[in-house]
Amino acid sequence: MDTDSTLISALARDLDGSFEALVLAHQDRLYSIALRLLGDRRDAEEAAQDAFVRAHRALATYEPERILELRLRPWLATIVLNLCRSRLARRAARAAIARPALSLDATELGTLEPRADDAAEPATTAVRRDARETWAALLLTLPPAYRSAVVLRHVDGLSYPEVATALDRPEGTVKAQVHRGLALLRTAFEAARQREREEMTA
Amino acid sequence: MTVSDKDLETAMADLMTVAPPTLAAGVLVELGIVDRYARFDAPIGSLVVAWNGLGVSAVEAAPDDATFESNHVARTGRRAVHADQLPESLAGAIARRLGGDRRVRIDLDLRGHTDFERDVWQKALEIPRGEVRPYGWIAAEIGRPKAVRAVGTALGHNPVPLIVPCHRVVRTDGSIGQYSLGGPGNKRTILAAEGLDVDAMESGARSGVRYLGSDTTHIVCLPTCHNAKRITAPHRVPFRSLRAAAGAGYRPCRECRPASGAIAA
Repeated sequence: MDTDSTLISALARDLDGSFEALVLAHQDRLYSIALRLLGDRRDAEEAAQDAFVRAHRALATYEPERILELRLRPWLATIVLNLCRSRLARRAARAAIARPALSLDATELGTLEPRADDAAEPATTAVRRDARETWAALLLTLPPAYRSAVVLRHVDGLSYPEVATALDRPEGTVKAQVHRGLALLRTAFEAARQREREEMTA
Repeated sequence: MTVSDKDLETAMADLMTVAPPTLAAGVLVELGIVDRYARFDAPIGSLVVAWNGLGVSAVEAAPDDATFESNHVARTGRRAVHADQLPESLAGAIARRLGGDRRVRIDLDLRGHTDFERDVWQKALEIPRGEVRPYGWIAAEIGRPKAVRAVGTALGHNPVPLIVPCHRVVRTDGSIGQYSLGGPGNKRTILAAEGLDVDAMESGARSGVRYLGSDTTHIVCLPTCHNAKRITAPHRVPFRSLRAAAGAGYRPCRECRPASGAIAA
């Protein structure tokens, strides 16, 4: 937080001169948020880059007083989140065009299928792989509202008030979405483990 | 064997990852806070071209990367990062522009320069390939007829030579004049590569010919104007001044506008 307040006063004084420091301080979190929401590295890098470019364009129009009042962490999270949402919407629209016969839910799941290089592996390999990959894949199966709440709260580590600000939802709603999201993750994880055990003993 | 809340939260926190190294550079270049540069082959040898999200910011005949980088930071205040090659679209656009296609759009990053300098460079962009105009012509065309010397200085400060063709601006007496991209020898080479007969231009200038008229159209042009080049030898009428041409009943060409920058005589 301290580095952010130093950063904010630097940004208010000299936007271009201190913007690199902002990028370096926040690139890992914006990239991680995007990666966990989108599931694709290239998409995530583009979304994060786009978010910084938009942040700069916005800051360039702000008076120094307004910059000094900014809460950088949730503000940047909102920007990258909105860009990820529109990317997901475009993806869903493309998928709907490609497979018009599928229901909306199935279409959504369709966008979350493993990448082509993963698809060749047996279904259980996902569980055997690095636990991190497993959790990342399970996270992508959550409904978007839960996914973004869980990512901001527990991947990015924003406080509940910050998540509520970033998502522009009441704090109570956000808490419920995080809890519901974690519960779904737990169920999905245990189900996957159960399947794995059954296949091992079969 | 259930997964505790703590396990879940740890697993999620562990999904924080490190941004790829290309991310920050991409942002800073896109915003024009940092520039990229790459080598580009031109008729006068290997040149360095620098660019960012706003446009091309420098063209320079730097002997090596370190020299370019320190020159660039001194001139613009921005760091320049090496790239293996120009973006394909930019390389194509530059090649087409150098080939004479003036319609191809090349964005330029000319921040930090004066309005006067931008006006001079903008005007230089209007000179067709294979033609030249005197410094005084630029000065008159931008509404600053007395600023001939300042036009020369502004052309010398052109950060993007070749793309802004300051090599197509010559001295009022028709001699070739100075060139920022490695001296007058290069200027001659580039003009010749663009199809201009530099020797003929200079010998004409030495003999005092400033304008060429056609006795069929009674239109008078600057000697390198494409309209002047179409006049066949039997119909070509040389003039030392526009007053002489006007006296003979000739009107100035509307394309090369020879009256711009004509020294009152």
